[in-house]
Amino acid sequence: MPVGPYQSPLAFISDAELDAYHEAQPVDYQAAPQPAGLRLRGVEKRFGDNPVLRGLDLDVPAGQFLAIVGKSGCGKSTLLRLLVGLDEPTGGRIEFVDEEGEAVEPNSRIVFQEPRLLPWFSVADNVAVGLGDGVPRAFGRREAERALAGVQLSEKAKDWPSKLSGGQRQRVALARALVSRPGLLALDEPLGALDALTRIGMQNLVTDVWRELGFTAVLVTHDVAEAVHLADRVIVLDEGRISLDLEIPRDQPRRHGDPVLAELEGRLLDTILGKA
Amino acid sequence: MTTVDTFTDGHPLRRSGSQSRSVGGKGLAAPAISPLVGEMPGRAEGGNVSRNSASAEVAEGASPRSVSFADISPTRGEITRSASDRSRAVLAAFGRFLPFLLPVTLVILWQAGSSFGLISDRIMPSPAAVVAAFWERLFSGELARDVGVSGARALSGLLIGGSIGFLLGIANGVSKLSEQLTDTTLQMLRTIPHLAMIPLVILWFGIGEEAKLFLTSLGVLFPIYLNTYHGVKNVDRDLIEMGRIYGMSGWSLFRKVIFPGALPSIFVGLRYALGIMWLTLIVSESIAANSGIGYMANTAREFMMTDVVVLALVIYAVLGKLADVIARTLERAALSWNPAYQR
Repeated sequence: MPVGPYQSPLAFISDAELDAYHEAQPVDYQAAPQPAGLRLRGVEKRFGDNPVLRGLDLDVPAGQFLAIVGKSGCGKSTLLRLLVGLDEPTGGRIEFVDEEGEAVEPNSRIVFQEPRLLPWFSVADNVAVGLGDGVPRAFGRREAERALAGVQLSEKAKDWPSKLSGGQRQRVALARALVSRPGLLALDEPLGALDALTRIGMQNLVTDVWRELGFTAVLVTHDVAEAVHLADRVIVLDEGRISLDLEIPRDQPRRHGDPVLAELEGRLLDTILGKA
Repeated sequence: MTTVDTFTDGHPLRRSGSQSRSVGGKGLAAPAISPLVGEMPGRAEGGNVSRNSASAEVAEGASPRSVSFADISPTRGEITRSASDRSRAVLAAFGRFLPFLLPVTLVILWQAGSSFGLISDRIMPSPAAVVAAFWERLFSGELARDVGVSGARALSGLLIGGSIGFLLGIANGVSKLSEQLTDTTLQMLRTIPHLAMIPLVILWFGIGEEAKLFLTSLGVLFPIYLNTYHGVKNVDRDLIEMGRIYGMSGWSLFRKVIFPGALPSIFVGLRYALGIMWLTLIVSESIAANSGIGYMANTAREFMMTDVVVLALVIYAVLGKLADVIARTLERAALSWNPAYQR
């Protein structure tokens, strides 16, 4: 995950040196990331006496786009924080596996509802933060520019984050998460604070980068329509347990207003609201 | 539509562009993006840009009223616009002069009062006499020496007290242990007016440079400590969590997140400390000194040279303003990312 130690103290290095640096990296920035699947066995999390997750079993194949929906307080954000290592489970275990089911070291990243950009760094430098510490500046800039092109924000590379709109800031946060080639991308309601039209644009962007790069994506959202539109598979969490596990049998790109998706959305809502 | 190229010819995140992979075993090739994706953000931004440039043109046309008039009848709009351009320039010049109106008027009145004998020289010298005293001391070299000595005292006090305050503020903001050890003590010391320590300071250090340095350092320590501490404590916790997620720790977390986040508050402390620095210096130079501006003023008092006394006051005012201008320039340069400091 973190990039290896940087030897040269030079701020300005030639393209050839940069390429050599590239070659020496443990992460291959040129290639698509190695997606990391998930294997959860009896995962529990309690805060004091209050159990939030009660023995979750879940298999997520590498490269899948999984959405987790549920009421507030159902434990979905807690689960996401466990997946990216922000918290430790109090019981059970979480394993990361590759496409063949072999254990792998995950490079996991998370995008929050708020972009959490450093206001004193330019957009490009904010993206370069995603490469970890000790990366030469020129290398960071080069990677940041490519990541920004991927979220269609190249022209904003030198701006302060305060100059950007909410949707653009969230795209920068996405570029920062993607620049280090994560095998697992966790999205914690990343579109929750955006207006309806920006949101549709962002949903399509997320779908596109996921299809292009092939990482495993885990999206937490309270918006069932968004979950159905983006994900391969949707699970409903209820009081720390999985109460519904649904495949979405539709290829991307999906149309808004597809009747099959609408029907699935209805079923999910019924489950969440307890009518099923 | 460059956006479509980006994604179909190999994503820019993946430069060597290996072929689109099938994802999740579903065999999805990457077809051209739905038109919605490519155009949605682009179109929205395009709209914004044209609206912005339109409003920029509007803004160039002087006062809003003349612009709306110009929009309605373009032929007469030209005339209105150039006329209002001129009146706007006059207004701008007037606006720049306005802050100086009151002091200049006062000086003129003061000079007139002195010239007509309404104000006694023994109470208040005329501005012309102050200027004369300034020239005289400037050429004799006394002025440069006194200002230099006072400036060096002020700066070294700021440097010593400011560094201690800054380091304590950072340490107590970052470390719980350090906070528990020293914060209560500092808060207690802070409530003692530092000038109240003068008798004790004289007993400790006599009346030499050490006493002045000690008092100035003590004076600037607390505002810088408090504001640094407050700034560090108020750095957005979410940003710190983000930094940790991306592998920052220790020095890099401090350099990239905590220090820049605390900087606006540190500058408030610095500007506040500059005021205290001059105040303390004036007081301590008045107690006892054989050089410096305070010494100059005190010697002049003994000889009833009111012009030199007033000159000393003016120099203090100029130095104080100068320090503040420097601090503000630094502030604006260092905080250019902050919308509040962007012009």
